[in-house]
Amino acid sequence: MSEKIAFQKIYTRLTKITKATCSVKASGIGYDELAIVHGRLAQVVKIMGDEVILQVFSGTEGLPNNAELVFLGKAPSLRVDDDLAGRFLNAYGEPIDDGPALRGKEIEIGGPSVNPVRRKQPSHLIATGIAGIDLNNTLVTGQKIPFFADPDQPYNQVMATVALRAKADKIILGGMGLSNDDYLYYRNVFENAGALEKIIAFINTTEDPPVERLLVPDMALTAAEYFAVEKKQTVLVLLTDMTLFADALSIVSNRMDQIPSKDNMPGSLYSDLAKIYEKAVQFPEGGSITIIAVTTLSGGDITHAIPDNTGYITEGQLFLRRDAEIGKVIVDPFRSLSRLKQLVIGKQTREDHHQVMNSSIRLYADAANAKTKHENGFDLSDYDKRALSFAKDYSEKLLAIDINIDITTMLDTGWDLFANYFSPAEIGIKEEFVNKYWPGRKEN
Amino acid sequence: MPTTGIVKGIISNLVIVEADGPVAQNEICMIDLSGTELMAEVIKVQNNQAFAQVFESTRGLKVGTGVHFTGNMLEATLGPGILSRNYDGLQNDLDRLDGVFLRKGDRNFPLDEKAEWSFKPLAGNGDEVVAGSWLGEVTENWIPHKVMVPFKLSGNYTVKWIAPSGDYTIREVIAVLTDTNGNETEVTMYQKWPVKLPVRAYKNKTRPFRIMETGIRVIDTLNPMAEGGTGFIPGPFGCGKTVLQHALSRQAEADMVIVAACGERANEVVEIFTEFPELIDARTGRKLIERTTIIANTSNMPVAAREASVYTAMTIAEYYRSMGLKILLLADSTSRWAQALREMSNRMEELPGPDAFPMDLPAIISNYYSRAGFVELSNGKTGSITFIGTVSPAGGNLKEPVTESTKKTARCFYALSQQRSDSKRYPAIDPIDSYSKYLEYEEVQNYISENISNDWVDKVVKVRDVLIKGREAQEQINILGDDGVPVEYHVRFWKSEVIDFIILQQDAFDPVDRLTPLKRQEYMINKLLEVIDSDMHFDSFEDVSSWFKKLINLFKQMNYSDFKSKEFSSYENEVDEMLIEIVKT
Ligand SMILES: Nc1ncnc2c1ncn2[C@@H]1O[C@H](COP(=O)(O)OP(=O)(O)OP(=O)(O)O)[C@@H](O)[C@H]1O
Ligand SMILES: [Mg+2]
Repeated sequence: MSEKIAFQKIYTRLTKITKATCSVKASGIGYDELAIVHGRLAQVVKIMGDEVILQVFSGTEGLPNNAELVFLGKAPSLRVDDDLAGRFLNAYGEPIDDGPALRGKEIEIGGPSVNPVRRKQPSHLIATGIAGIDLNNTLVTGQKIPFFADPDQPYNQVMATVALRAKADKIILGGMGLSNDDYLYYRNVFENAGALEKIIAFINTTEDPPVERLLVPDMALTAAEYFAVEKKQTVLVLLTDMTLFADALSIVSNRMDQIPSKDNMPGSLYSDLAKIYEKAVQFPEGGSITIIAVTTLSGGDITHAIPDNTGYITEGQLFLRRDAEIGKVIVDPFRSLSRLKQLVIGKQTREDHHQVMNSSIRLYADAANAKTKHENGFDLSDYDKRALSFAKDYSEKLLAIDINIDITTMLDTGWDLFANYFSPAEIGIKEEFVNKYWPGRKEN
Repeated sequence: MPTTGIVKGIISNLVIVEADGPVAQNEICMIDLSGTELMAEVIKVQNNQAFAQVFESTRGLKVGTGVHFTGNMLEATLGPGILSRNYDGLQNDLDRLDGVFLRKGDRNFPLDEKAEWSFKPLAGNGDEVVAGSWLGEVTENWIPHKVMVPFKLSGNYTVKWIAPSGDYTIREVIAVLTDTNGNETEVTMYQKWPVKLPVRAYKNKTRPFRIMETGIRVIDTLNPMAEGGTGFIPGPFGCGKTVLQHALSRQAEADMVIVAACGERANEVVEIFTEFPELIDARTGRKLIERTTIIANTSNMPVAAREASVYTAMTIAEYYRSMGLKILLLADSTSRWAQALREMSNRMEELPGPDAFPMDLPAIISNYYSRAGFVELSNGKTGSITFIGTVSPAGGNLKEPVTESTKKTARCFYALSQQRSDSKRYPAIDPIDSYSKYLEYEEVQNYISENISNDWVDKVVKVRDVLIKGREAQEQINILGDDGVPVEYHVRFWKSEVIDFIILQQDAFDPVDRLTPLKRQEYMINKLLEVIDSDMHFDSFEDVSSWFKKLINLFKQMNYSDFKSKEFSSYENEVDEMLIEIVKT
């Protein structure tokens, strides 16, 4: 940080330094206010009488107790205007793309919440071409949903694909603890797709101090609110990786001697995450903010405080899984759920969507049971064998993440698979739909 | 002179104020943030220092800022016009706040001050009255809203004057009361009450005895809720707590429903805002919104106000109960309220209890639940508050403080099971772990004998047995393999599956299936008991499953058809034929 403030009082005696915070005796300081200490950005997190405690975003390594400290008189903020589009910024909202400094209106990040009565019920389908999402876990604008993924899964690739196909007016990437390779991957993908002019990125990489990450979601969502509210645009916000964001929260709270709750996370984790995710909204005037996030799991454990609290906040979750049978990554149909899908399926998609989705998942479950049965040494029935063949085909043609087809094609593919392996009675779909869509019986 | 003070310390939304005079626990104070007043509640007093939780963001607040104490606790404003409103946790009318975003310091008066209500006196000059006595009546939506002697008045009063029938606003005096010393008090159509104190303006609280119909089979039949009873719904995320509560709010047999959306998703409240003005209450034929009040303090709204929201909702419920009404109060999720307490307790560096929750969490929860109940009013009429809260246990593990504390106080336990939810067996209420203590109440049993049938409780116990035996049979089949057990085990398992598919499972989104009146539930149970009691003969386990799958399908069609309609009867005939066939062979 190099911002120089004239006529500001300079403090030169830090009274206490911990791993993440420093203290100074000062008066007239506002809560949440920013300061620069020894060239590093810091924020007021506690005031007790004349003692002000600040969290130093880039850490306190090497910070001397006679360091210069200047208060900036404002909370963290971002300059917003239409020129934000296409920019790559750091966690403080400063350019990292050799472009000019931002000039827009300065807005404090982490602003107020939308009045719930001013929200509209989400109702626009987001088509991604990936059947594991569109067919089984349909996404809707204004939704918030994370990928629950193991660190070695290709969630960044899937997110980039989803973002580019989503027909959003703006794609805002909040990268937290992103590896430099992944950062460059996103950049290249967006550039190759010719989509750079609708991208805004706030990037904190593994090389940057972890505490800086705490600013990234609010920066991204402040930019999102500008475009969704003022410009009535459809904005898609990608947050990766929220687990690293939560880890940064725990670093700060532990260093401030707060009593940790489950898994060493601060007791306020639920509220902290909800404040971010609840920024997802459909406005009545047409603008919307959709949040797709990544929460990496450790050892697939979803009862850990981070995925657990996330699950209680978001509107479903998407699981990726490698299907050894076909050697590809698929969207797991059992554990994934989009809670808003019922708002659009059968309404913005074909009437048989609900039934095709449910029947194929049920048949896929029958196959899973048959597999267990087989592994336990029991004989397979003819039905079991057909279910297993169906499952392989279903995985290959619909669940795999490299699929890119429209929803009607997904439904037709579903019917083809049914007809290949089963009789209509075994599918258990309404007579009316069978007559209309069963291959060979189609009316038109 | 009112007490004032200055801000001495700020930690997030906890502010430490040095006061120059007396300060009461739970007193409301106002912090002057350069022209914007931030509202805060005193939650601890130490010498001349008051620790206050601020109901909004403290960003920009400085040490040295002036504070004034109001002398009041956090109060709800009670009067006609609360029905159909959407309030935040502090009872601000959300629809009348300006702008898309909630701004700091935005507040409003919860009632319409200009609206005129057509008032009809119920009391006469010279009548002896006490707090809660009915003085008059106005019609609110369709509810006969009683104008009462304010709850804050203690002792005996005499009506000196009562306004004649006519149109009045809530600020106009409609009665003058004299106390035993001859002092006069003017009464208007609204009053205020501190939300954290229970309203005690009733003669006595009696044990619940009547079943509150919800139309949800697994509740009404197996784990009935009593009018004036308490219950809770714990479950991991995504298992159906909110869907179940929304179903209760739509269908339960109540005069008024108060939904406290406490620290959960805004989109879920939007769903109610969108649907309730359209949906019809099957019992009254009126729009659902007419009997509903929503307290929305969603997860992104200030944490301290989240804690207040459940109390605001309860106080409104107590106010309407005093009018002799049946109130259903729902809170989703009480865990978020407990977490709000935990956040503040941690900031005050109090000695933490289990999982860092405050030590007195069990007492706080049980005090809250005890405000529900069935009461007899001073005029002999009755009213009730039935309370059902959800609990969101961390990691889905029921051995955690909020679940355990709630279990000690709530009388119905509707445990949602991850396994049932994963296999889409909705509502995912675990039939074996869940319970309703009311089934053991003699009063409730008598009520059931008179209103359903003498042997109903025995039947319910029997159905439960079938489920337990079915589960045991299934375990054996899983261990020993399909043909490693006698065919009889398969029959036992499939009989329990019939109960599961036809009674327990219920499609919350199907227009017919979603609501099953008790009469119809009784009919179906009797029908299913015929199946249970039949002695069946099968040659192989494959025959068992295919026969039962067919039977279940027929029963399901019955569930989807209007009761005793032509289709219903024709499916029933098919069921009967199947039964005759199988018993014969
Ligand atoms: N009775 C039901 N019928 C059909 N689907 C249901 C039912 N109950 C739940 N579901 C499905 O499960 C999803 C999650 O349900 P719900 O929102 O009620 O969960 P929850 O327990 O409240 O979760 P959270 O703790 O995260 O709020 C719903 O969106 C719906 O898809
Ligand atoms: Mg819920």
